[in-house]
Amino acid sequence: MEIKKELPEIFNEFGEMRKKSFLAAYEMKQKNIPFIGTFCTYFPQEIALAMGACVVGLCSTSDETIPDAEKDLPRNLCPLIKSSYGFAKTDKCPYFYFSDLIVGETTCDGKKKMYEYLGEFKPVYTMELPNSQSPAALELWRKEIIKFKEKLESFFDVTITEEDIRKQVRIMNEVRRALKEFYSLCKLEPVPMLGQDMFKILYGAAYKFNKETLPGEIRALVAKIKAEYEENPNKYPKAPRILVTGCPIGGGAEKCVKAIEANGGHVVCFENCSGAKSCDREVDEINPDVYEAIAERYLSIGCSVMTPNPNRLELLGRLIDEYHIDAVVEVTLQACHTYNVETLGIKRFVTEKKGIPYMAVETDYSTADIGQLNTRMAAFIEML
Amino acid sequence: MLTLGIDSGSTTTKGALFDGEKIVRTAILPTSANPKDSINKLYDMLYNEDVAYTVSTGYGRALLDHADTQITEITCHARGAAFLNPSIRAVVDIGGQDCKAVLLDSGLNVVDFIMNDKCAAGTGRFIEVMMRILEEDIGNIDQFVAGHQPINITSMCTVFAESEIVSLLAKGADKGDIALGIINSICRRTSFFAQKLNLTGDIFFSGGLAKFEIFRSTLQDYLQIPVHTSELSQYAGAIGAAVIGQNKAKRLRS
Repeated sequence: MEIKKELPEIFNEFGEMRKKSFLAAYEMKQKNIPFIGTFCTYFPQEIALAMGACVVGLCSTSDETIPDAEKDLPRNLCPLIKSSYGFAKTDKCPYFYFSDLIVGETTCDGKKKMYEYLGEFKPVYTMELPNSQSPAALELWRKEIIKFKEKLESFFDVTITEEDIRKQVRIMNEVRRALKEFYSLCKLEPVPMLGQDMFKILYGAAYKFNKETLPGEIRALVAKIKAEYEENPNKYPKAPRILVTGCPIGGGAEKCVKAIEANGGHVVCFENCSGAKSCDREVDEINPDVYEAIAERYLSIGCSVMTPNPNRLELLGRLIDEYHIDAVVEVTLQACHTYNVETLGIKRFVTEKKGIPYMAVETDYSTADIGQLNTRMAAFIEML
Repeated sequence: MLTLGIDSGSTTTKGALFDGEKIVRTAILPTSANPKDSINKLYDMLYNEDVAYTVSTGYGRALLDHADTQITEITCHARGAAFLNPSIRAVVDIGGQDCKAVLLDSGLNVVDFIMNDKCAAGTGRFIEVMMRILEEDIGNIDQFVAGHQPINITSMCTVFAESEIVSLLAKGADKGDIALGIINSICRRTSFFAQKLNLTGDIFFSGGLAKFEIFRSTLQDYLQIPVHTSELSQYAGAIGAAVIGQNKAKRLRS
């Protein structure tokens, strides 16, 4: 198939920043690199990377395109889903625009139904993600991964060998290890960096497309932060150590992290999608069945779409201990049913099993609740 | 040594002077469209040279340049309520633009809280809007609803409830019955909300509505837990701020 190489018609109406990111994507497309657009931490990146494609995240986190999305979708739907659909409809996101194939998974109800409409005007492929982590579920997910590989082969007319996949497994494991080394810096007390700065790096890493050079870049940053910390370990005074969990929090929802840190707390750990959830586990490089190894690794991600969801508690418990967490803040997006329902279980686990305070805040990508968020975070931190 | 607490709420600005044992003076002003003017005006009314420390709280807490520190209304309401009645273990506050419930431990420290700040329906604003439609002064509400039978108000939203009331009036329903229905509606909603916390001990009811007996007794009926108020309920946030100010000032002196 021919990959998309032209800029959108509305390009000239964009602001400078957006033009720049469009042009960066445009240049990659001129080198004949296909773009695979993805939405979720469950997406098995190694398969797409193995054909030399660029994997781009399409989860949108701005309320800019929500009014466009609401022409088709209900208002009372998660802002991430509406924002993403809106960007697809308006061609305002370079990655959406240049994606030659968009891959979704049957994760939450809102997303999988949205993909049906998205498929009417974008090339969409939906993987069937099981909603539990049983042996039968693992077998299904393994088959889905193979089916997806075959889809890429026929869609782009390429061959993906096992050797190609194994190479990407090694590269991506290395990326995960490097990112883990980076965020583990916040085990230090006092902290060497603010949570909001740490988050920018974690979030930005997903948009670094050369995965082979990425670990080196991250490790250089780790070395730099360590050296600075040795010079001046007290750059940030001691403060309550907060772990953030819940929905993906990029873009519009970063206001929650800022509100915690503006009111006397430090976010030292993110359990969310851009944080530990997507780096904690590696793909088994020894397993002779590479598809099974990949399936195992991705299916074990502890997202609230799984029922039951023991791995989220396992990871949370470990992070609370390792990072000496004083309190947990859960950030959920409006109408994200699975995470919102799961707040009760997380509250019980954090307060009863781990014996530390917990607070949940439900928000969206607007700035309407910043005053209230500040009051809540300040009151929560006063309580510690 | 005196300390001053000022609570800049969305509807009223309250202040309290505390001498370490008792509240020596209070003052209240409607919050104007320029809340900074209101908070400064209240400060000028209460401040004297014996005041060693000033704490501001409430939505406008950042607007008082004279404040030595700012503390959220959650912590201040809890401290103020515990000062007014040390037997309580929770606080329910119905404010002008939000509603909050705070859980205390046996040492009267805040251990958990929830806030409803997304919708006017569970707040004092709801009552204010409804009373305006009924053309009744909220100050007489206890007498106004006495002996009436509540009409069920089903709309959850302030705007829809308003049109529900307009149509009830058009049908010739009794205004006192409607008013009691409105009171039941907000108290029922507040009790569902507060029960999200693990309420066990007595509750202190604060905020502007707490001065009306009908709100206290209706809330108590729904919660099935003793609900207390005080003549100074509306000042709970300001009193808490002044009480915290004493601790801060003492710590500074030692």
